[in-house]
Amino acid sequence: MKTGIALAVSAAFAAVLPTGAQAQTWEPTKNVEFIIPAGTGGGADQMVRAVQGIVAKHGLMKQSILPINKAGGAGAEGFLDVKSAAGEPHKIIITLSNLFTTPLATGVPFNWRDLTPVQMLALDNFVLWVNAKTPYKTPKEFIDAVKKAGPGKMKMGGTGAKQEDQIITAAIEQKTGAKFTYIPFKGGGAVATQLVGGHVDATVNNPIEAVAQWKGGNLRPLCVFELKRMPYKEKVTATMSWADIPTCKESGLDIDYLMLRGVFMAPGVKPEHVNYYIGLFAKVMATPEWKKLMEEGAFNITALKGREYADWVAREEARHVSLMKGAGFIAGQ
Amino acid sequence: MTEGPEGGGRAAFGQKSAELAVAAFFFVIGAVVIADSLRLGTGWQEVHGPRPGYFPFYLGLIMCAASLINAARALLAKRAEDKAFVEVGQLRLVLTVLVPTAVYAGLVSWIGIYVASFLYIALFMRWLGKYPWWKAAAVPGCLIVVFFVVFENWFKVSLPKGPLENLLGLG
Amino acid sequence: MEEISSLIHGFGVALSPTNVALMFVGVILGVIIGVLPGLGGANGVAILLPLTFGMAQTPGGATSAIILLSCIYWGALFGGAITSILFNIPGEPWSVATTFDGYPLAQQGKAGQALTAAFTSSFIGALLAVVMITFLSPVVAKFALAFGPPEFFAVYLLTFCAFVGTSKEPPFKTLAAMMLGFALAAVGTDTVTGTLRLTFGSTHLLTGFDFLVAVIGLFGIGEILLTLEEGLAFRGASAKINSKVVLETWRELPRYWLTSVRSTLVGCFMGIVPGGATPASFMSYGVARRFSPDGAKFGTGKVEGVVAPETAAHAAGTSALLPMITLGVPGSPTAAVLLGGLMIWGLQPGPLLFVEQKDFVWGLIASMYLGNIAGLIVVLTCVPLFAAILRIPFSIIAPVIIVICAIGSFTVKNAIFDVWMMVVFGVLGYLFKKTQYPLAPLVLAIVLGDNAESAFRQAMLMSQGDLGILFANALVGTMTTLALALLGWPMISALLGKLRGKQG
Repeated sequence: MKTGIALAVSAAFAAVLPTGAQAQTWEPTKNVEFIIPAGTGGGADQMVRAVQGIVAKHGLMKQSILPINKAGGAGAEGFLDVKSAAGEPHKIIITLSNLFTTPLATGVPFNWRDLTPVQMLALDNFVLWVNAKTPYKTPKEFIDAVKKAGPGKMKMGGTGAKQEDQIITAAIEQKTGAKFTYIPFKGGGAVATQLVGGHVDATVNNPIEAVAQWKGGNLRPLCVFELKRMPYKEKVTATMSWADIPTCKESGLDIDYLMLRGVFMAPGVKPEHVNYYIGLFAKVMATPEWKKLMEEGAFNITALKGREYADWVAREEARHVSLMKGAGFIAGQ
Repeated sequence: MTEGPEGGGRAAFGQKSAELAVAAFFFVIGAVVIADSLRLGTGWQEVHGPRPGYFPFYLGLIMCAASLINAARALLAKRAEDKAFVEVGQLRLVLTVLVPTAVYAGLVSWIGIYVASFLYIALFMRWLGKYPWWKAAAVPGCLIVVFFVVFENWFKVSLPKGPLENLLGLG
Repeated sequence: MEEISSLIHGFGVALSPTNVALMFVGVILGVIIGVLPGLGGANGVAILLPLTFGMAQTPGGATSAIILLSCIYWGALFGGAITSILFNIPGEPWSVATTFDGYPLAQQGKAGQALTAAFTSSFIGALLAVVMITFLSPVVAKFALAFGPPEFFAVYLLTFCAFVGTSKEPPFKTLAAMMLGFALAAVGTDTVTGTLRLTFGSTHLLTGFDFLVAVIGLFGIGEILLTLEEGLAFRGASAKINSKVVLETWRELPRYWLTSVRSTLVGCFMGIVPGGATPASFMSYGVARRFSPDGAKFGTGKVEGVVAPETAAHAAGTSALLPMITLGVPGSPTAAVLLGGLMIWGLQPGPLLFVEQKDFVWGLIASMYLGNIAGLIVVLTCVPLFAAILRIPFSIIAPVIIVICAIGSFTVKNAIFDVWMMVVFGVLGYLFKKTQYPLAPLVLAIVLGDNAESAFRQAMLMSQGDLGILFANALVGTMTTLALALLGWPMISALLGKLRGKQG
């Protein structure tokens, strides 16, 4: 009923426009809700609010973007909201790894195939961090120390339970045979501080969460969970840049993990809707502000769209299923 | 108006029945919590520490126990202490507001918060305040315009809307 | 003193005409946000964050942007007290404790007095906290690093024991109400294992029960229903309305200096740790009730009972910015959003911010002084206006309040379900009040339950189940012992009284 009238109204609007042009040039007729399946202040939230700011500043859209946080049930609330808004073109959602992990870990019924893929914005890196006061200089030294201390004696701090941080921790355990006690916290900033305060022994924080403490000389990066080194060569500390951090693979810890920061829409939207947003994000990504944000957070700036994006997501999903199965994180397992 | 309205002096409920009802409410909630905790596991798990149901289980138990004690105390209370919980007239007043409020909350998802609020305030003013119709329409009319501007335009918070807003192209 | 010269430089930055104008705009917006329940400081700041995006790109713009946003925060801290006092509806979580004495005062026709006391003590709390930030930030920031899970649990325990120990209601009813609060807090995702609890497959319950929705219903709607029993009118409509009330109240306030000092300390501690402004206000109210000579009369409309929570909330709210600046750890939800803002503007909060962005940091600190003065001016001049709201006829203001509560409940999580829950909580609030189940421990349990449980389980994970971790070092040991002592205080004081009696 509601959408019926909305469609009627947009049809009325469309009728005013010259026919023919309409197929390619759909534009939002009201404010666009940008759903964030995570809390305020986190990485996804920052990215959405930056997009909102860039769009407003450069006038990239006639209507506004309204960020809405729907963090309940590890993001399930946000995904279910978009899933149930079939055909609604004024609603987009940013995703984290919880796109895969939440349905697997909680059994809440949704899957990325219920949504329409739009575009990948970036991929977030993960770095293995230890307190700068500890003697460990390489992943090997650290892992050996974990093994020597005995199973469960060393503590790994991370954000959330059965999500990306704990998955990486489990992957390290499977690869090396070392055993951590994983301690879940609510936010990445808190995790970094717990490491600085010596309450945990290591973390796998995203660069942006830990960079301030790295600069301040309190934390030490051991390796990045990437296949190749990060490209940012500008010095962050007196001696090191992001590019100087070795990959975990080259240090003998053969694990790579990147977190999706991508955009999806409701199911059943038309191709012109998707194309509109792909065009919008292309303009956003061309701005200096966006480039600066990517560098600040040492993001991997892969930005797939269309078919390639869907394929990438499908591969990641399969990988998450096997990683989580191996770690015993699947609901009812 | 300080006294309850005409014919409202009788007790609608006694204090005792109200006490028992509230104790029963707590007992039911406690039982529900215990049931779900048992499903989740209430013990200690090797890797994860206390299981998710560990805390809820015990607080459910305490809630049930406390509500039994409260119920017993209500039953043992002397008859003289069983004063009126609420008088008929008072209850009538409470319900004249509570029922429309519940209806209002229900209407929000159908017709949007703006239209529902308009109707709610207007009817409240008309029925309970005996204001003339034009006043009862003008006050909420101005208010919802102010709300719309503050929430939708200033703070960019989208409140629930219904068919009317969609028709006007404001949705 | 290096700090003083830096601060004077900061004043130079903050006192530009644009920045002063932004301060007043921010404070006024903040007060509006604070008055509207549901639209909290955190949403307010988040909503306006993108506006500052363009602003922050110009030279010196980041300072202007943070001044605007932090002034919204001060305004929201001030504004939360208004509806608490007038209608028993806390506009913000940290003004729940303000209702305990503020609302009875308003009912006695002393709304102006209560508002003045609330605003003034907020200002004093904030001012003392800023002084501390100015001179002690490096030392204090290190202190926050000492807090791991066991320490956090001890802080929550301390808050609980400080507040709950002296409940006047029947003990088993207090217990039941408190457990209900914990149960409500447990609904949703369990932080430690990621499992869904008590949701029974309902998508509405995925997010759990928000504290604000419960409070709006229990306190706000419940109170309106109670008022209705006595007819269609608000008590306290006879409030004196003139500007002299401000000066009269000021004459009375110095009497409570000890409470103010104590509350500031509690607030600063809770802000830095960071435990948050809401627990700080509860803890401070509990401590004041215990140690004030008038403690037994708290809850019946004592000005001191307004001073204590407001001072602490504002001191905590202000000092919560310290761990944000120096550690990059937000001390409150609003600070979390501000932190996100800093990063969007390209500033990296952390130990080096003081060194690398001197203008910005000291401009911000100077704006804390100035913004709070601006805030005090704005809200005090409006005291008669706020008090006059009580003169609006009941049959207009009551439905308007209910509508504002409904909007507030909705905006907390953008969920219509919460509007329904508000009505349910309203009925519960009415029933509980009439059957003497205390609401305060219930809401405190909702606020702290989730965090306290997570902290406890994290601590247990760390120690592999050994409770000794709660006494493992001097810091956590002291706090745990203090908490237990406060819980047992009624017994201890009775025992001391007996001993003294014997000696006499």
